[in-house]
Amino acid sequence: MKQLLAFIRKEFYHVFRDKRTLLILFGLPVVQIVLFGFALSSEVKNIGITVLDNAHDNNSEQIIYRIKTSSYFLLRDPVLSFRDIEEKFKDGSIKCAIIFPPDFGGALSHFGKAQVQIITDGSDPNTATILVNYLTAIISNYQQQMKPAPQLSYQIIPQIRQLYNVEQNGSLNFVPGVIALIFMIVCTALTSVSVVREKEMGTMEILLVSPLKPILILIAKAIPYLVLSIVNFIVIMALSAYLLNVHTRGSLPLIFGESIIFIITCLSLGLLISNVTNSQQIAMLISLMGMMLPTILFTGFMFPIENMPWIFQAISHVIPSSYYYIIIKAVMLKGLGFSYIWKETLILTGMAVFLLTIALKNFKIRLS
Amino acid sequence: MKVLGFILQKEFRQIFRDKTILAIMFALPTIQLIILPIAANFEVKNVNVAVVDYDRSSYSQKLINKIASSGYFRMVGNTISYHDALKLIEKNDADIMLEIPQGFERNLVREGRQQLNMSVDAINGTKSSIGSGYLTAVLADFNKELDVNVKSVNSSAFTQSLRIDITYTDWFNPRREYKYYMVPGILVLLLTLIGGFITALNIVREKEIGTIEQINVTPIKKWEFILGKLIPFWIVGIIVFTVGLIVMYVVYGIFPKGSIAVLYLFAAVYLVALLGFGLLISTISNSQLQAMFVAFFFMMIFMLMSGFFTSIDSMPDWARKFSYLTPVTHFIAVVRLIVLKGSGFWQVKTELLYLSGFALLLNGCAILNYRKTS
Repeated sequence: MKQLLAFIRKEFYHVFRDKRTLLILFGLPVVQIVLFGFALSSEVKNIGITVLDNAHDNNSEQIIYRIKTSSYFLLRDPVLSFRDIEEKFKDGSIKCAIIFPPDFGGALSHFGKAQVQIITDGSDPNTATILVNYLTAIISNYQQQMKPAPQLSYQIIPQIRQLYNVEQNGSLNFVPGVIALIFMIVCTALTSVSVVREKEMGTMEILLVSPLKPILILIAKAIPYLVLSIVNFIVIMALSAYLLNVHTRGSLPLIFGESIIFIITCLSLGLLISNVTNSQQIAMLISLMGMMLPTILFTGFMFPIENMPWIFQAISHVIPSSYYYIIIKAVMLKGLGFSYIWKETLILTGMAVFLLTIALKNFKIRLS
Repeated sequence: MKVLGFILQKEFRQIFRDKTILAIMFALPTIQLIILPIAANFEVKNVNVAVVDYDRSSYSQKLINKIASSGYFRMVGNTISYHDALKLIEKNDADIMLEIPQGFERNLVREGRQQLNMSVDAINGTKSSIGSGYLTAVLADFNKELDVNVKSVNSSAFTQSLRIDITYTDWFNPRREYKYYMVPGILVLLLTLIGGFITALNIVREKEIGTIEQINVTPIKKWEFILGKLIPFWIVGIIVFTVGLIVMYVVYGIFPKGSIAVLYLFAAVYLVALLGFGLLISTISNSQLQAMFVAFFFMMIFMLMSGFFTSIDSMPDWARKFSYLTPVTHFIAVVRLIVLKGSGFWQVKTELLYLSGFALLLNGCAILNYRKTS
C-alpha cells in the first residue's frame, strides 16, 4: 500500500510539473462551453440574399422590404441580370436569390395570381431548406395581409408543449455532448502516453525492476488523471449551470457515479493504447487524430445516430461516449432515475472491465 | 542552399524509416474520409410519434392514418394512455406525443373547433422544431381536407383569394444531397488534423530525445532549419490532399467544378500556414504531451469555428470576426466554393491574401521562436 502511494505521488508530480498541459486541460472545457453556448448555433440567420426585381412595382418592393427587415436575411445589393446572380453565388456572398418577373404586381392585381422564383445554394442543403421555408412564410404572410383567405369552417388547433425545455434553451442539447466529448478525448489521450512515455525515455526499466505488481503500476498511472477529470467534471457542471443556465433535474450523485464509470472506461482505453504502441507520437496520433472525429460523429449529439446506415449504428454501439451521452441526457435533462439507464450503465461498466483487463494483459514486464 | 539539402535528406530518411507513422499519416485520413461523410448527416427524418387516441372515432382514425402515411413519421407503440406515451418519450423511443382528446370528432362537427395536445421532446432544438413543424403541416392539411369535403356542397361560397406561386430551384446540388456539403469539409478537417499534429510533435520530439543539440551545434541557420522541417511535411500534405481528392471522386463521385490548379494553389499556401502553426507550437513546447495538447486545444477551436458544423453567418458578430482569424475557416470556404460551385481565381482572391498572411506570420513566429540556446 505504501509503495502504491509512493507511485501515485510520483505520477502526480509528473502531472503538476507540466503547467501548460494542466492549463489546457482546464481551459478546454471552459472554451468549449463558451463557444457552444454563445458562438455556435444551429439557427440560421443573417444569410446573404440578393434580389433581381424585374417588376419594380409596389408589391415587389413591399416583399423586398419585408425580407430586408427580417433578421434571417442580409440583403445584398440588388442585381440587374441573371448572370450576376451566378457571379454572386460563386464569390460566396449570397446563399439565396429571389426573382420577380416583369409585371409582378399587375398580374397579382388583375388575375389574383403571380409568380416568384427562388434560387438557393444547394451545396448547403440544410440552409437551403430552411431559407425556402423562411421565404415562403414571408411571402404567404404578405399575401394573407393583402387579402385574407376565407376562414376554414373546421379548425383543429394544435397546442404545442415543449417537454424538458420550456424556454427553448439551445444549450441543453450540447452540454451532455460536450462533457462526453471532452472526457472521451482528454482522458484517453492523457493516459495513452503515460506508459509509452516511460518506454521512450528509458525510465520503464526502473518501473519494471520495482517490487510493485504490474496492475498497481497501471492503477498508479491512472489515478492522477482520474482525480483531474473529476475536478474537470465539477468545473463543467458549474459552468453549464451558472453560465448557460442548464440545471440538473436528476440526482447529482447518480450523474457523478456514472461519470466516474465513464472516466474509468476512457482511462482504460488510453492505457491499452499506451501498452500496445512504441512511441508517444503513434499513441497520440491514434488517441487524438483517430478518435476525435469518430467521437464527434458517433456520440449522437451533432448528428442523429438513428439516421445512419445500420453499420454506423453498430459502430456507435462500441463507442463508450454514445452510452454516456444517453445516460447524461436522461438523468441531467429529463430527471430520470437509475431504472431507466441501468442497461447503459451495465454496458459501460462492462466496457471498463474489459478494456482494463486487455490493457493489463498487454502490459509487458520484459523490455524487448 | 546546400545545407538545406542535407536537412531535407535527414528529414525524409526519418519519415520513411518510421513505417507506422507513415502508414498512419496516409491511412487514417483516407479511411476516415471514406467513412465519415456517410455518418455526418444533419437531415431530420424518422421523427417518432406516439399517438394517444382517447376518442377512437372515425375522424381520429383518419387523422392517425394521415400522419402515418405522410412519410415523415414513424408511429411507435400502441399506447393507450398519456403515461405510456410519456414513458416512450423518456426512453427516447418517441420524439413527439400527440393526444387526441375524448369528443374530438363530436366537437369538431358541432362546434367547428377542437384543440389537440402535442408534446415535443425539446432537448434537441432542431429535431423538435422540424418535427412539430411537419406535424402541424399534416394537421393543417387534414383540416383543409375536412373543409373541402363540406364545402363541396356549397362551393359558391368559395371566394377567390390572392395567390403567389413560389417556384424554387437549388443550384449546384439540385437534389440537396448532403455529401456535397460534407465531403470537401471533412477532407479539409482531416488534412488540418494530420498536418497540425505531425508538425507539432516534430521539433519537440527532437528536444525530448536530445537530438536537437546536434543540430544546434551545426552552422544551420534558423530559417533553414524551419524550412527543412516544413518542406517534407508539405509534400506529405499535398499527397494526402491528392489522395483525398481521388477518394472524393472515386467514392463520392464529386469532381471539382472549378480549376484544379487554383485548388492546388490554395492547398499549397494553406499547408504552409498550417504546418507553420504546428512548428510554432513545437518550438514553444517542452514535451510531446504538451505540444499535442496545445495543438489539440487550438485545432478544436479552429474546427468548431470553421463553419463546418454551423454556419458562420449565423454567429454573433464577435464570433464571426474571430472565426476569420483562423486559417481553417478560409480554406474550407475556398474548397467548397471551388469544388462545388466552380468559382474562379478572381472570385476567391481575397482568401488567398488571408492565407498568405497566415503563412508568413506563423512561419515567421516559428523561426523567431526557435532558439539554439536554451
